[in-house]
Amino acid sequence: MTEVTVIDEVSTDTGLTREVLMNLGPQHPSTHGVLRLLLQMDGEIIERVEPHIGLLHRGTEKLFESFTYTQIFPLTDRLDYLCPPSNNLGYALAVESLLGIEAPQRAQYIRVIMAELSMDVGAMTSLLYTMRDREMVMDLMEMITGVRMHTSFCRVGGVREDLPEGAEARILEFCNIFAARISDYETLLDNNRIFLARVENIGNITAEDAIALGLSGPNLRASGVDWDIRRDDPYEIYDQLEFKVIIRQDGDCYDRWKCRVDEMRESLSMIRQCVQQMPQGDILVDDPKIAFPVDKDLLSHSMETHIHHFELSAYGFKVPAGEVYTAIEAPKGELGYYLISDGSEKPFRLKVRAPSFVNLQALTERTTNIKYLADVIAMLGSLDPVMGEVDK
Amino acid sequence: MLRNGLPLAPVLLPFGQRVSIDNSATDMPCLLVPPADLVDLCTQLRDDVSLRFDFLSDICGVDLHPKTPRFMLVYHLFSLPHKWRLRIKCHLTDPPIVPTVTQVWTTANWHEREAYDLYGITFDGHPDPRRIYMWEGYEGYPMRRDFPLRGYKDDYNPMGAERPAKEGGR
Repeated sequence: MTEVTVIDEVSTDTGLTREVLMNLGPQHPSTHGVLRLLLQMDGEIIERVEPHIGLLHRGTEKLFESFTYTQIFPLTDRLDYLCPPSNNLGYALAVESLLGIEAPQRAQYIRVIMAELSMDVGAMTSLLYTMRDREMVMDLMEMITGVRMHTSFCRVGGVREDLPEGAEARILEFCNIFAARISDYETLLDNNRIFLARVENIGNITAEDAIALGLSGPNLRASGVDWDIRRDDPYEIYDQLEFKVIIRQDGDCYDRWKCRVDEMRESLSMIRQCVQQMPQGDILVDDPKIAFPVDKDLLSHSMETHIHHFELSAYGFKVPAGEVYTAIEAPKGELGYYLISDGSEKPFRLKVRAPSFVNLQALTERTTNIKYLADVIAMLGSLDPVMGEVDK
Repeated sequence: MLRNGLPLAPVLLPFGQRVSIDNSATDMPCLLVPPADLVDLCTQLRDDVSLRFDFLSDICGVDLHPKTPRFMLVYHLFSLPHKWRLRIKCHLTDPPIVPTVTQVWTTANWHEREAYDLYGITFDGHPDPRRIYMWEGYEGYPMRRDFPLRGYKDDYNPMGAERPAKEGGR
């Protein structure tokens, strides 16, 4: 064993030495959720950061194994709770891949619109002012799905409902308003010397380190690595969209933030393209063994629909034995679902490769690039972990 | 996309019969490797110029109870230069011990702590072998298939299941 000493309590020091152990959290405004950091410091200089995670651990993966495939959707919502549509999408793709089905075109567009909208929400949290615009997205979500946060809108084989009337217009309206405001917000920070002093050349991560650390998403691209799953291994209808993959070179806190801001712009352009291209048509696969009936009236007229509905609700549907790993580009990075099915109605094992979990680890390894206490906060903010996903 | 045409043969040659290719899954190629060859194989896969599997996506523990060998570790690799994916499976008997791959990919650190925490898989040579989600002193490994969904009954968990008479655990 190498010389890792475990910090398990804050020592009662006389105050005569400069060695300080400081506790940060579990509640801190720079994190989503509860994260406790123990900082070993020499004066104000950071020597070691030790995250204590698990305060939000809910045993999601254990629960997966006792839930049917449809029941799992609400659980995936609660991973990265800022972007439930992305989480739903990744999971749905895994199950659909084993079933050998594909969602209808319109459903794919709806899923992508929702995922990109939530992508914005994820990136918006970088600034308090954007809370106003976040509300607009929340209103949109409420209009489309009926709830603000935990949407559970995806289904295996499509989405739950079609977009309500007027939703397209509202989405485009949001895109226009927000596109104009992004530049305002960007100027607010980009010309702010205090902000720049706190983020520029802080927490630099080289491309090599970023890869070894398994960083993904904007955190990896800010270090100059050109990889975006949406472009390189396109799922759903991403191959029909035109977008730029934002790459920056320095890999410091500023670049990670800048990457996210620029990606919001790309997101908006993708949403616009989706709304323009979206065809009319079905939103769920036409297979009563897998999908609930879209037309709920049928439940009171058709005995067959009724029986299928009962079977689906009571027992779920069987997924052929096999295994699959699907990865999508979630706001925080590569969100992977590794599904092993034994042919029953419940997954044998469903592992979530949570991007925030991996990204947060960078905090421990890169302490040489973080010098002062204030840098830890900037680093934490720029890595942007969501604890719901870290702790699962 | 080069899904099944990976130039794996030169890397696998020195391992002879010990490393085999598993064709059961269709989404990506899969290698079966015994624990003793794991680190060598991973290092080769990462450093070989025609492969460059430099990105470790995920390590997933699996409990196959009541089958034997009981445990399985699944590594998902990704090659950034070539955009290939590869799966490595490593079967482990009970009690499960496997060498760590933290020196191959730094990111393995927390993934391995997670597998230790939830499945009780010991990673030989791991720099920081502690639980990650559950607290120190927690008994049992919650993701094992014989672990009850509600956990075991204790002061904090009055709704839990009764512990079996003979202790299997640690």
